[in-house]
Amino acid sequence: MSKVRVTFNEELCKGCELCKNACPKGIIEMAGYINAMGYHPAKLVNPQECVGCGFCALMCPDLVIKIEKEEIK
Amino acid sequence: MAVVFDRPKSLTDAKFHYCPGCHHGIIHRLVAEVLDELGLQDRTVGIAPVGCAVFAYDYFDVDCIEAAHGRAPAVATGVKRTRPDTIVFSYQGDGDLASIGMAEIVHAAARSENITVIFVNNAIYGMTGGQMAPTTLIGQKTTTSPLGRKSELTGYPIKVCELLATLPGATYLARTSVHDPKNVRQTKEAIKKAFQLQVEGKGFSLVEVLSACPTNWHMKPVQALDFIKNDMMNYFPLGQFKSPEEAK
Ligand SMILES: Cc1ncc(C[n+]2csc(CCOP(=O)(O)OP(=O)(O)O)c2C)c(N)n1
Ligand code: SF4
Repeated sequence: MSKVRVTFNEELCKGCELCKNACPKGIIEMAGYINAMGYHPAKLVNPQECVGCGFCALMCPDLVIKIEKEEIK
Repeated sequence: MAVVFDRPKSLTDAKFHYCPGCHHGIIHRLVAEVLDELGLQDRTVGIAPVGCAVFAYDYFDVDCIEAAHGRAPAVATGVKRTRPDTIVFSYQGDGDLASIGMAEIVHAAARSENITVIFVNNAIYGMTGGQMAPTTLIGQKTTTSPLGRKSELTGYPIKVCELLATLPGATYLARTSVHDPKNVRQTKEAIKKAFQLQVEGKGFSLVEVLSACPTNWHMKPVQALDFIKNDMMNYFPLGQFKSPEEAK
C-alpha cells in the first residue's frame, strides 16, 4: 500500500478543469473562491480516496500539481 | 515522502501566459521532462516560433533563439551545423510550420538535418485571433472561414507527417495527441524517441502533437478534448509515419 500526497499550487491554476475531468475518483472540485488571476482553483476534496494515479498532473497544462508518495510496509 | 511528480528542471519558474486549458503547457512540460530524463539540458538550444509559443524562450531553461515566422528549422540548421554537439529542437505551431514555414520544414527534412521538431497542430492560428490554418478541418469555423472551411475554396487540410514521409531524409515522424493521460504518456515517449535519435546522430525527427486551442475553437477546455478525439483524429490519424528502420 502507498500513501499519497497531492498538492495544488493554487496561484498557478487557471481553472480549466482538465484535472477534474481526468480524475477517475471524482475527488477534484473547483474552489468557491478565486485566486489572484481571477480563476476558481482546483482542489482535492477527499484526499483519503486518492489512488495516486497522477492523471490530474499529467493533464494539467500549468504545473499546478505536485505528487508525493510514501511506501507503507 | 518521495516526490514522484513536479515541475521539471528544464523549465524555468515562469508562469505560462497560455489561455486556460491550452495544450501548449502540457507539451512544454513533456519536452522539458524528456530533456531532464536524457540529461540534455546543458547542451540543448531551443528555437522558438512566432505564434502563441513565441515566449517559449522564457519557459525552457535552456539557451533559446527566437526565429522569424516559420524559419525555425533554418535557424536550427545553422546552430546544429556550427555546433554539432548541441541538441537542437524547434517548437512550432501549424501556422508557423505548415503555412509561412512550409519551405523551411520540407527542406530541413529533405536534408535530414539532425534536429528535432515539436510541431503543435491546433488547426488554427491561435495568437492572431483564430484565423484558418493549413490544418483547419473541413467545416471548421474560424474568423476567416466563418461559415466553415470549404474545400472548393481553400482545398483540404495538410497532413504534415504524411507529406514529409515521402522524403528519404525524414528519419522519424510521429503524430500523437494530448487529449487524455494515456496519449500524454505516448506523446512523451515519441518526443523521447525523437531526441534520442538526434543524440545518436540519426537525422531529422518530428513529432506532430494534436493540441487544443479552446479560446479560438470557442469551446470549454474539457469540450475541446472531444473535438480532438472525434474530429481531429478522424482526419489526422495518430501513429508513426516513418521509423528510423525504414528511413533512407
Ligand atoms: C512574417 C509574419 N507574418 C505574419 C505574422 C502574423 N502571425 C503571428 S502568429 C501567426 C500564426 C500563428 O499560428 P500557429 O503557428 O498555428 O501558432 P499558435 O498561435 O496557434 O500556437 C501569424 C500569421 C507574423 N508575426 N510575421
Ligand atoms: S490562443 Fe489558443 S493556442 Fe494561443 S494560448 Fe490561447 S488556447 Fe493556446
